[in-house]
Amino acid sequence: MAERSIVFYLHVHQPHRLKHYTIFDVGKDHNYFDTPEDDKNSNQAVMHKVAQKSYIPTNAKLLELLEQHPEFKLSLSITGTVLEQLEELAPDALDSFKKLVDTGRVEIVGETFHHSLAFFYNREEFETQVNMHKEKIEELFGVTPTAFRNTELAYNNELGKWADENGYKAVLAEGWDKVLGWRSPNFVYKPPGAQNVKLLLKNYKLSDDIAFRFGRRDWEEWPLTADKFAHWLNNSGDATNFDLFMDYETFGEHQWEDTGIFNFLHHLPEEWLKTEGNNFATISEIADKYPASDEVDVPHTITWADTERDLSAWLGNGMQQQAIDNLYELSKAMNESSDWDLIEDWRRLQTSDHFYYMCTKWFSDGDVHAYFSPYQSPYEAFINFMNCYQDLQLRLLQKDEGT
Amino acid sequence: MKVLMIGLELPPDNSGGLGVACYQLCKSLSKNGADIDFILPYEPKHKYDFMNVVSSSKITNKFLDGKINTIAGSATLSTYDSHLFNSAPYRRGWLNISAEPQDNYEAAVDVMTAKNVYDVIHAHDWMTFRAALRAKQKANCPLIVHVHSIERDRSAGLEGNPMVREIEALTFMLADKIIAVSQRTKDMISEDYFIPASKIDVLHNSLDLDDAIPLSGENAYFFLSEMKKLGWKVVTSAGRTTGQKGLPNFMHAAQAVVHKLPKTIFLFVGSGEQLHELMELSADLGIAKNVIFTGFQRGKNWRDAFAIADLFVMPSISEPFGLTPFEAVGYGTPAMISKQSGISEVFANCLKIDFWDINEMANQIASVLSYDSLRDELHANSWQEYAKLSWDSAAIKLLGTYERQMAVNHG
Repeated sequence: MAERSIVFYLHVHQPHRLKHYTIFDVGKDHNYFDTPEDDKNSNQAVMHKVAQKSYIPTNAKLLELLEQHPEFKLSLSITGTVLEQLEELAPDALDSFKKLVDTGRVEIVGETFHHSLAFFYNREEFETQVNMHKEKIEELFGVTPTAFRNTELAYNNELGKWADENGYKAVLAEGWDKVLGWRSPNFVYKPPGAQNVKLLLKNYKLSDDIAFRFGRRDWEEWPLTADKFAHWLNNSGDATNFDLFMDYETFGEHQWEDTGIFNFLHHLPEEWLKTEGNNFATISEIADKYPASDEVDVPHTITWADTERDLSAWLGNGMQQQAIDNLYELSKAMNESSDWDLIEDWRRLQTSDHFYYMCTKWFSDGDVHAYFSPYQSPYEAFINFMNCYQDLQLRLLQKDEGT
Repeated sequence: MKVLMIGLELPPDNSGGLGVACYQLCKSLSKNGADIDFILPYEPKHKYDFMNVVSSSKITNKFLDGKINTIAGSATLSTYDSHLFNSAPYRRGWLNISAEPQDNYEAAVDVMTAKNVYDVIHAHDWMTFRAALRAKQKANCPLIVHVHSIERDRSAGLEGNPMVREIEALTFMLADKIIAVSQRTKDMISEDYFIPASKIDVLHNSLDLDDAIPLSGENAYFFLSEMKKLGWKVVTSAGRTTGQKGLPNFMHAAQAVVHKLPKTIFLFVGSGEQLHELMELSADLGIAKNVIFTGFQRGKNWRDAFAIADLFVMPSISEPFGLTPFEAVGYGTPAMISKQSGISEVFANCLKIDFWDINEMANQIASVLSYDSLRDELHANSWQEYAKLSWDSAAIKLLGTYERQMAVNHG
């Protein structure tokens, strides 16, 4: 009986959200993130809510499953920006992540500390942020990442090459039809010419059945049960690995508890493991286990977002481009400043969420709630961001004057 | 379907949005099968080919020459009254609520209902309501009253004229159906007059783009064009300079913007009882040289005021709908609107502020003037919304309302 593995991977992230910051604050107030705690959009309020609704109950369930099923495994990526906030605001939630990793069956995947798009703007800055993240993971969890995912699963051949050169076993990407062609995402691949690194591709159909469609009562497959899902996998032809990649907040936040999502998670291992040859694997394990079945050429950047699977949700309009261009124009002066508080604020502004909030793609259709945004409109998101940017730039200029 | 409609004004004789709304709505109703007799309080010089327009003053032979501007400018008349009660007590001026045009309307209704059989009466705003109630009795058919503003709007949030409120209260009670131009207006009718929400339909205003007059020739504001070449920016507001429009708050925001961005000019288009107060305020705030008052404008000067601007602002304290932001978009300029406006219910790609939030108003204005990417993105996306505007869906919805009310009344 051939072996088949579920590669279950969850992404954990929260940005440092900006407070309401006006042009009149520029030059006077250098704190961009300290929304009053009693505001429901404050970083504290969001962190408390998501810890209670998602992280703590989900981790409890995952730990229970790890204890019940010795074959159960999963992979996590946790950004530096959420780790910092967990340390400060929800240490019990952080401990629950540590307990998972302590089982030895939960892999932590590497990425940029600040959940940034630096790879596409400044390679040196990108590498700095990847190292910052690596150090943070080592400090908190005592493990070193051997697999890599870029922000928003943004991937192209260049990133594949970079991951290969930097000794990673695996790099993650969207299993998008346009790059796969006739091929199935359920095998291990590699970037063109790669010596070591493998490419693991998200099975977006199966992943989205859980992440997006699970609670939708108008979906023809509703309600989705663990045995039905296991049945689909068992009957999906030749495969070595089913890459189920999704946001961690699927559990308890995007899909609320009353949809039955925790019940689904509870039963998935037992239903899947009923069939001989079925198991779970972490990302690095699966990369070690199988040779690449083929090379996948990705000349243009793909992501795991929207129907377009590109970066247009972050960089698609003029406001987004201006904001991010202006930010990275400061790179050289920032690094030369050696002002670590200033540099940290600059990096927090690089977090991709800020640019996502400026996305106008769905706004005209009235689909304002397609994604949670603390702003009333993408225009306000831009205005707020640019005001903070002006202050950041002013601090940098004043620093130059002073030295 | 035979409709007797009673209105205040039709373009080109207009000073407010009500006339344009009536005209474009009727055109679309007519296209979709309605046969309309429209009673105006004055003798129009313009010919209308899609409906039968009659003048109440001609019917009664009591011509209101010399007062036509007062009457045709519905906002002028009603604001005047609302203003008087609140600002000039003990003088009885507020007791004069223009009985004469209302008498004329009633007489016209008598003539029209004697000659014709109507399926429905449709009346616009309080001045027509006395006649509308009479028409309902005479024609024995449903009365639909269309509310473009109520007394609270016209008196900038105060109580307004009690006599006007009385007419509104009575008519809202006796009408078969009330049409409000926004959810905001619907809620206010319910609150102020204890009318059940189920009796009020929301029908948002729209624009007939076929009627939009394109820009032509050199911009009328030559001085501003030259200043813009020198790097100055222009922010326009347009409408009556009256309490309802929230212009003093806007002036304070202008001061804050000029403090940050001295090369900014604020263009105020319109006149009204608050004009002199605003002029003084601009001087008191030290920004008189950054503020231009054009007075009342129409035609090319009106259109070019939108076109010359980097941003159009409608800071109204209370705006039942407010079409000018869409006009601005049509002439190439993005808009900022107060959340206290009906248009904010249907217009997504604009900046929205609370009318009292001077700091935020200034913050966002400064940002639009600083970043072309913001201005361009706002305009490109608002243009997409503008290009879809049409009265047809509103007209079809309204014809459905007519039919349902006829069935109810006959049933």
